[in-house]
Amino acid sequence: MADTLKTKSDSQPLLTQRSKRKVKDAFASPFASALAIVIAVLWSIPTFGLLVSSFRPAELINTTGWWTAFANPEFTFDNYTSVLIEGTSTVPPLWYYFFNSFAITLPAAIFPLVLATFAAYALAWFDFKGREFLFFAIFTLQVIPLQMSLIPLLQLFARGVTIGDVTIIPDLGITGTYIPIWIAHTIFALPLATFLLHNFLRQIPRELVEAARVDGAGWFTLFRRVVFPLSIPAIASFAIFQFLWVWNDLLVGLTFGGGSQDILPLTVRLAEMVGTRGSGLEALMAGAFISMIVPLIVFFALQRYFVRGLLAGSVKG
Amino acid sequence: MAVIRRRGTAFAGIALASALVLSGCAAAEEETTADGGSDSGSSDSGDGLAAGCEAYEDYAGLSGTEVEMYSTIVGTEADAFRESFLEFEDCTGITINWNGSQDFEAQLPVRVAGGTAPDLALFPQPGLLAAMQETGEMVSAPQSVADSVAANFTPDWQAYGSIDGELYGAPFGANVKSFVWFSPSVFEANGWEIPTTWPELLDLSDTVLETSDIQPWCVGFGSGEATGWVGTDWMEDLMLRFQDGETYDQWVDHEIAFNDPKVAEVLAEAGKIIKNPDYVGNVSAIATTTFQDGGAGVVDGTCAMHRQASFFGGIAVNDFGATIVEPDDTTTENGISTFYFPGLTADDRPALGGGEFIGAFSDAPEVEAVMLYLTSADYHNTRASLNNWFSAHQGLDTANIADPVNSLGAEILQNATVFRFDASDVMPAEVGAGSFWREMTAWVAEDKSDEAVLDAIEASWPAS
Amino acid sequence: MIDSIGPNLVILVVGLLVFAAVFFLIFLLAERTSVKTQEVLRYAVFLGPALLLLAIGLLYPAGRTIYLSFMNKSGQEFVGLENYIWAFTTPEIQIVIRNTFIWVIVVPVFATIFGLAMAYLTDRMKFASVVKSLVFLPMAISMVGASIIWRFVYTFQPDEEKAEIGLLSAIVEAFGGEPNNWLLDAPLNTFLLIAVMVWIQTGFSMVVLSAAMKAIPDDIQEAAMLDGAGQLKRFFQVTIPMIRASIVVVITTTLIGTLKVFDIVRTMTGGNFSTSVVANEMYTQAFRQLNYGTGSTLAVLLLIAIIPLIWYNIRQLRLERTER
Repeated sequence: MADTLKTKSDSQPLLTQRSKRKVKDAFASPFASALAIVIAVLWSIPTFGLLVSSFRPAELINTTGWWTAFANPEFTFDNYTSVLIEGTSTVPPLWYYFFNSFAITLPAAIFPLVLATFAAYALAWFDFKGREFLFFAIFTLQVIPLQMSLIPLLQLFARGVTIGDVTIIPDLGITGTYIPIWIAHTIFALPLATFLLHNFLRQIPRELVEAARVDGAGWFTLFRRVVFPLSIPAIASFAIFQFLWVWNDLLVGLTFGGGSQDILPLTVRLAEMVGTRGSGLEALMAGAFISMIVPLIVFFALQRYFVRGLLAGSVKG
Repeated sequence: MAVIRRRGTAFAGIALASALVLSGCAAAEEETTADGGSDSGSSDSGDGLAAGCEAYEDYAGLSGTEVEMYSTIVGTEADAFRESFLEFEDCTGITINWNGSQDFEAQLPVRVAGGTAPDLALFPQPGLLAAMQETGEMVSAPQSVADSVAANFTPDWQAYGSIDGELYGAPFGANVKSFVWFSPSVFEANGWEIPTTWPELLDLSDTVLETSDIQPWCVGFGSGEATGWVGTDWMEDLMLRFQDGETYDQWVDHEIAFNDPKVAEVLAEAGKIIKNPDYVGNVSAIATTTFQDGGAGVVDGTCAMHRQASFFGGIAVNDFGATIVEPDDTTTENGISTFYFPGLTADDRPALGGGEFIGAFSDAPEVEAVMLYLTSADYHNTRASLNNWFSAHQGLDTANIADPVNSLGAEILQNATVFRFDASDVMPAEVGAGSFWREMTAWVAEDKSDEAVLDAIEASWPAS
Repeated sequence: MIDSIGPNLVILVVGLLVFAAVFFLIFLLAERTSVKTQEVLRYAVFLGPALLLLAIGLLYPAGRTIYLSFMNKSGQEFVGLENYIWAFTTPEIQIVIRNTFIWVIVVPVFATIFGLAMAYLTDRMKFASVVKSLVFLPMAISMVGASIIWRFVYTFQPDEEKAEIGLLSAIVEAFGGEPNNWLLDAPLNTFLLIAVMVWIQTGFSMVVLSAAMKAIPDDIQEAAMLDGAGQLKRFFQVTIPMIRASIVVVITTTLIGTLKVFDIVRTMTGGNFSTSVVANEMYTQAFRQLNYGTGSTLAVLLLIAIIPLIWYNIRQLRLERTER
């Protein structure tokens, strides 16, 4: 791969500025762009429908199609205000849960990424027997439906682990805090994260690694000064997805949030808004859009890493 | 390199130190909030009650404790509950932490198995109560609660909350399912009368069909993964009318087979309405019409009658802009009301209903106090006066009930000749929350024959 | 309850700081030790935490699940292969397995194709990020949001007098046709539900493949152009081979995600009308019917289903290792 990287700068003199521009222009075909725009617009129509609906009063939503709103406009902010601002005497308004979602999502995105990068580094660059088996074992764990882990993990957090009379892990007293939720999300994210990061890390040029080792760098220094900086684009890219998945997660927050209202994320609160009998869909629509804002911001902020990142085998034949 | 290393050590050291300091602060903060009594404004931090709280004497001495109550009830209904507890909390200093989830039926077993069971759980079905009792994590109702229940509820209700003769679930709220929703103004405009017997109901359906453009009945089974429960409600209501209480019990306990001729008879009667395209329009669409949308026709005047439980009122008001009115109010716009789903004769007044039961997973004294309070006439009257709620409590004054639908429901309960609990809530989960739902859905969606439906459900009944 | 923001914030900050501090310290100390110690220490530090968490959180439950699949409903009695026989002989479950096959083939293929197309079309476009964001948007919406959105596409109004609320029904009607009850008609309904998943997953494949394409050095494309290769030929003979590993990653990830998804089916049809998939049925068995035996069996079937995928990935990995 180092060869390919060198080629890029070496071959500059081969092409003149003019021919480069010609090549570039040939790529930016207006037909392609138009097609892309059309597809993107079609893709967004269903979502647009929801956006329009979220500004309509409940009775209209349930009786007429959202496109009729343009012929007979009747819009209201009620759905948004009732979701966002009105709390009741006993339940805080939605913005409070934003904080919880952040507090849960930030560590739940960072922890698994760090640990997965460590593991991917080891699996890509340490030579040991059973390495391939271990990697595929981790890969396989991706498929375990997390529902199967809920009860054992809950028991672990609530009671600790004892075999016979020996206490291996004591009751940590962490139920009702964010910590079980962080640990649960970390566990569930590790297999996929390790798989994707491993794919990237093994593309790092062998020569770079060798050179550093020859210079006397130990495994830890090697990671800190060579491997980790190179993998930041990949980490950032996966971070977006992990952030998104945790932010939108309902099941883990619901299960490990247990009996405490104080730590519930946004998604759980939104799910509750749809009344016990499933009425009040309009509040959920507004809530869905409000909730979507944050992942979108994260996406735009970290987007530039997508340009350079996730090299995952891209320059390999 | 050395410089960086030193800085790195310094950073790590500072980070750790601040972490320790902060966690110390957090621990200290948590301790003070746990010690210093509830934040609900109790004027006392010790044993005594605040002034004017003599009614709550029985629950004194537990200030500063917290009880978690877990149920399926969320949203605005949950708010009403939280409000109903305020006085109790203020006076006694006990904090009631109301926690709801629509996934209650799936979450509760997970929490119980995982060791994080709530203090109290509000069971919407005796079936689930029995299943949880089998795990051994539940505690039977304390004596004070058992006495209170015996004094205030009929033996039927006590029986539904008991397992092997011991009370585990204290009856809480109730709902009645034997209702038909209609629009008084539409009925008046067409000169239709409220039927009081089953033959009159069928006659009315024919009259509507022949003399107007309005669809006689609208039905909707859709409910996500619970699609089909509306069909089971129809079966149960009709079972009480065309058979009797004993047969109903035999059916529920599987002492008669699910495809017994008596059951088949009931299904056939249900089919006369539900599977009649003249009455209901597109039959297969019943499976994809949500139960909420199912009643929309009554509000906008496109259909005459909709059989649905009392909670439909809240849905109609919120989603379709309806107003709940008295049956004789023919002037209010979008007004809807209910009449009793008639028995075979005017004297026959069986009632199909449901209700919630409070079960305890902890025997702490504050849990007992809350449970006891929730069985008191005081609480039931307070709650009923708020909104959308009533119960089978014999000390409940129906004048206290907030709206006409719920007071009709309470009346039906109190005057029922036969009362039975929703069967699918009592049957084992494979059937009551499984095949019974699915087969009723297939019955309309695929036009499955009565025989095939009943045979399939019978085959799915667990062997034990 | 708002006053718990304070303590919660403390926990958040402490959590992050402790995590950072712990690893900083470990690295600092480790780098000072001898080379020999480091040889051993590196396994503990780099592999240790992940393996420990995975063992507790996934490996043990996996083992437990396999064990439970041989037990009865409550997990107390051994019943051998009874649950597996049930799975393969009950007609409803056979339909469930068949549906899962369809999902597993259609979703990855189409999500990858659409993602590839979008990645290629926007590769040199101006304002590409706006266009890409629109296609990525479905991934940012929670499953709940997505289900509501598509409910308003597929809703069918049985009463002919009333207006259609669902977009698809309205379009069909506008063209003079008569809309079906979309979610009721098998097997069309399965494909309609699959469409939702493809709609969501395309964003993921587009993002990954787009990044991969951008890393192809310009001069390789230029060289091919100078050689006279047309656009299509370049796409198939230069672009695709260069991003092949990414394509494999995308297909693999999407396939596994498809095996696990059940929210779409659960909220839109509840698994009725022959639409259920293994993941949904597993949830129903284990959590609705409280039958951990059959639920676990279905989970094991999912495990078995990815064996071909693992085998394929092993082959890929070995191929690439030899090429290095």
